Amino acid sequence: MSYLEYTVKYVPTGPRKILYLNWPIALLLLSVGCVGFLMLYSVAGGSLQPWAEPQMKRFAAGFVLMLVIAMVPIWFWRNVAALAYAISVALLFAVELFGEVGMGAQRWIDLGFMRLQPSELAKITLVMLLAAYYDWLPIKKVSHPLWVALPVFFILLPTALVVIQPDLGTSLLLVFAGAAVMFVAGVHWAYFAAVIAAGIGVVVAVFKSRGTSWQLLKDYQYRRIDTFLDPSQDPLNAGYHITQSKIALGSGGWSGKGFMQGTQSRLNFLPEKHTDFIFTTLAEEFGFVGAASLLTLYALIIVFCINTAITNKDRFSALLTIGIAVTFFLFFAVNMLMVMGLAPVVGVPLPLVSYGGSAMLVLLAAFGMMQSAHIHKPR
Amino acid sequence: MKRTAKDSQTSSRSLTRRALMLGGAQAAVVAVLGMRMRYLQLEQADQFKLLAEENRINIRLIPPARGQIFDRNGVVIAENVPSYRINMVREDAGGDVDLVLRRLSALVPIPPEQLERASADLKRLRGDTPVTVADRVSWEDISKVAVNAPALPGVTPEVGLSRHYPRGADFAHVVGRVGPVSDYDLERIEDPDPLLRIPRFQIGKVGVEAEVEELLRGKAGTKRVEVNASGRVMRELDRREGKAGANVQLTVDHRLQDYVQARLGEQSAAAIVLDCDSGDILAIASAPSYDPNLFVNGISVADYRALTDNPYRPLVPKSVQGLYPPGSTFKMVTALAALEAGIITPEDTVYCPGHLEVSGRKFHCWKRAGHGSVDLMNSLAESCDVYYYDLALKIGIDAISAMAQKLGLGVRHDIPMSSVKAGVTPTRDYKRARFAQDWVVGDTVNASIGQGFVLASPLQLAVMTARLATGRSISPRLIKSIEGVEQPTGRGEQLGLDPSNLAKLRRAMFAVTNNRNGTAYGSRIIEDTFRMAGKTGTSQVRNITEAERRRGVTRNEDLPWERRDHALFVNFAPADAPRIAVSVVIEHGGGGSSAAAPVARDITLQALYGDTPPLAAYPEKDRSRIKAQQDRLQRERQAREDTRDRGRA
Repeated sequence: MSYLEYTVKYVPTGPRKILYLNWPIALLLLSVGCVGFLMLYSVAGGSLQPWAEPQMKRFAAGFVLMLVIAMVPIWFWRNVAALAYAISVALLFAVELFGEVGMGAQRWIDLGFMRLQPSELAKITLVMLLAAYYDWLPIKKVSHPLWVALPVFFILLPTALVVIQPDLGTSLLLVFAGAAVMFVAGVHWAYFAAVIAAGIGVVVAVFKSRGTSWQLLKDYQYRRIDTFLDPSQDPLNAGYHITQSKIALGSGGWSGKGFMQGTQSRLNFLPEKHTDFIFTTLAEEFGFVGAASLLTLYALIIVFCINTAITNKDRFSALLTIGIAVTFFLFFAVNMLMVMGLAPVVGVPLPLVSYGGSAMLVLLAAFGMMQSAHIHKPR
Repeated sequence: MKRTAKDSQTSSRSLTRRALMLGGAQAAVVAVLGMRMRYLQLEQADQFKLLAEENRINIRLIPPARGQIFDRNGVVIAENVPSYRINMVREDAGGDVDLVLRRLSALVPIPPEQLERASADLKRLRGDTPVTVADRVSWEDISKVAVNAPALPGVTPEVGLSRHYPRGADFAHVVGRVGPVSDYDLERIEDPDPLLRIPRFQIGKVGVEAEVEELLRGKAGTKRVEVNASGRVMRELDRREGKAGANVQLTVDHRLQDYVQARLGEQSAAAIVLDCDSGDILAIASAPSYDPNLFVNGISVADYRALTDNPYRPLVPKSVQGLYPPGSTFKMVTALAALEAGIITPEDTVYCPGHLEVSGRKFHCWKRAGHGSVDLMNSLAESCDVYYYDLALKIGIDAISAMAQKLGLGVRHDIPMSSVKAGVTPTRDYKRARFAQDWVVGDTVNASIGQGFVLASPLQLAVMTARLATGRSISPRLIKSIEGVEQPTGRGEQLGLDPSNLAKLRRAMFAVTNNRNGTAYGSRIIEDTFRMAGKTGTSQVRNITEAERRRGVTRNEDLPWERRDHALFVNFAPADAPRIAVSVVIEHGGGGSSAAAPVARDITLQALYGDTPPLAAYPEKDRSRIKAQQDRLQRERQAREDTRDRGRA
């Protein structure tokens, strides 16, 4: 059922919209952001520089951006979904051609005032496009092979561009988030079963291809997989990240070593301690209590998102909200699995906590759309 | 597109169902995360806490200060001086490494190639690795670096302790030297001290430094430090002090040592002065010598090559490692063996026609014309060989060897210098074991005048002389005290020799240097209280063929250096109440009376007067020459002293 087709009884207008904001989610996001500031202050050795202060400024900007986006009616976002998707794919092409290379991957375009990572943008625009697509598509056609092939193409196009950057983590996130939207939209089980079977086939192929002329992944990616499977075989090089990360986590114990007392992070044993591995510092300094609390905050965000999605009668809004929630979920789940040694080190930041501009801005913008869906939901 | 209400209701229900399923899957993942946290942080916490501590805490050794070495008067011979280094860390240099290096080289003189290497290392190595830009930098330069620190980011001056030998070459052969520990050292040492694992830790390589290494080294302290991931020390947690090495005082008198070393000059020679009361080694010199300071931080290939290629072997302490046929200085042994055996009396005479025929072979006296009829006194004074050939035939090699060992030859004297040699006092068994040949009577004849198989070191000759002078079993002592604790002296017990025999022998030795017919009459001392008794020795290092004898023996000056005779002299003084015993060996120096005796006399006088002796002690006709020599040595020693002072500053 499309938005225009049922009566809009109580859609708030003007400044009154702010009262209809999903306040629990906004406050939870703010709390997570504050955890981030605290940890960035700690890993800098008790200093606002070089990370905490810029992060606060960006978070503030992102929060305002979220509110601004929330004020815009949700149908506007539905209408621009295709355009947004097209722009982000174009940017992915651009970054492939003109992008700066960092950490062995082409990932960003330098805009002067910030570095734009089109792959971050793509995560959201893909969800937008798929939500709009299934909103448009009649229910009966959802599982029709032709109408399944189209969204699969929408997913694979940016995924392919991200894979060749190469950025394995983001491409997996794209696939999973896209698949989640398709799943919630009602695509038949059999497709997912087939894809999972194919996925297993690909994994086998990836391992079989190793060392042959048609090797599918870069050597460093294979090494990451190796060290993930057995970190002890190379404790000083590639396995170092995982080993040190687990030591930091485990040594935190029940209540942690205390704020700014984490020896592992303070003495630089932790790699990337202000970005991908920031969770380990939290777990080291605040222990199980701190780590579980952050996990609870994240889980609550997801719970509230699902809640607002299933109570929203607008299909686009519901799908968009689910898609954003799944993307957010994938961020923290993959990051935590990674630092706790349950997933390979794929370079996914901890959302809203890790230092970094574009991921945070894009996430907050996405939550802005989610808020817009909430504010403008048919009541 | 129009949708029916039913349609929309089904879709909404389906969406809710699927969304909840997805939510369930997410909840499952969150549960896994929570379980994992519980596992790592609660169940495994203790193990990970331990690992984190191991990461963080490092135990470092604190090297103890090495014990110092002093001479008998407390003058420093080996000490520890602060050595300064300039290190640089790229990370802290802020961008332009070369700019900082350029500024640094403008302040401190650094050779360009060293600068280039440092620059290359800084760019190649990890950013937090300290690179040594300049080593052994003066205090002034270090101060300059410290003052200009703001303009030199990443540059840090560093202080360590380094061994220094302020007396330079004078004690090189005695105290030896230290050097960085090598793989070879580690293999050789059975009980490796963890200190030795410190890269470039300095240990004694030769000489006293090596022989009493354990005493000098001390015990390592430890400190626990907190380190970061790159191993940089963040702070010290606690420390346990070690024990500094023991200070060692030698028996050597640095002024006498300095004089003896200077008197030997650049000849290939060795000389020893023993105290006849305690056995203290007052001077133990070997020439030429070298500057041990060159070795402390690694000697250059060119310098090392120069030392090893020198035919005079400056690296070898000839005083204890050099073995020479003692030649005529051995005649006291033969004579005393015969006297003690009661075979001869000092008054018995032997006729010397210039040679003695033993079992078909002619043994020559050094004087072709012969000495005629000689007794003990004259045979020793004129160094007649035939007299001793005759004694040897009468008493045999066993008695001679036994007497030689009693007097300290063929015995290893235990002093803490490297490779102290035992020499050879030959016996029948020795020859059979060593050469698989039977002893022949000709061997005994050769041995009687200290030729053939007999070998002795200058130290042994000095000990022999001291024992002859005192009748006691004097043994040499090099270390006077350790940490102020006096070590046992080498005074020794009575040897059990007949005092009248000894007295007669000493009178004969007195004749060598004081009778007009004595071989060392030219090197006599005329100061009555300090007159000396001695014996010359000239030992052949080649065989003289019959043909050469007929032609006339080639004079030493006409031979290449390495085939000339060794010149030896042993003496004690004052002759009537011996205080010191001296031995001098000049390798391939020619005649004992011409090359060795004057040196021994000068050393003796210097030791007895404790300073430059008055010219009145010398025979009148020598005084102008001696005066010139004293002045020259004085100037040389002064010059060396000046360079030392400069080196210290």
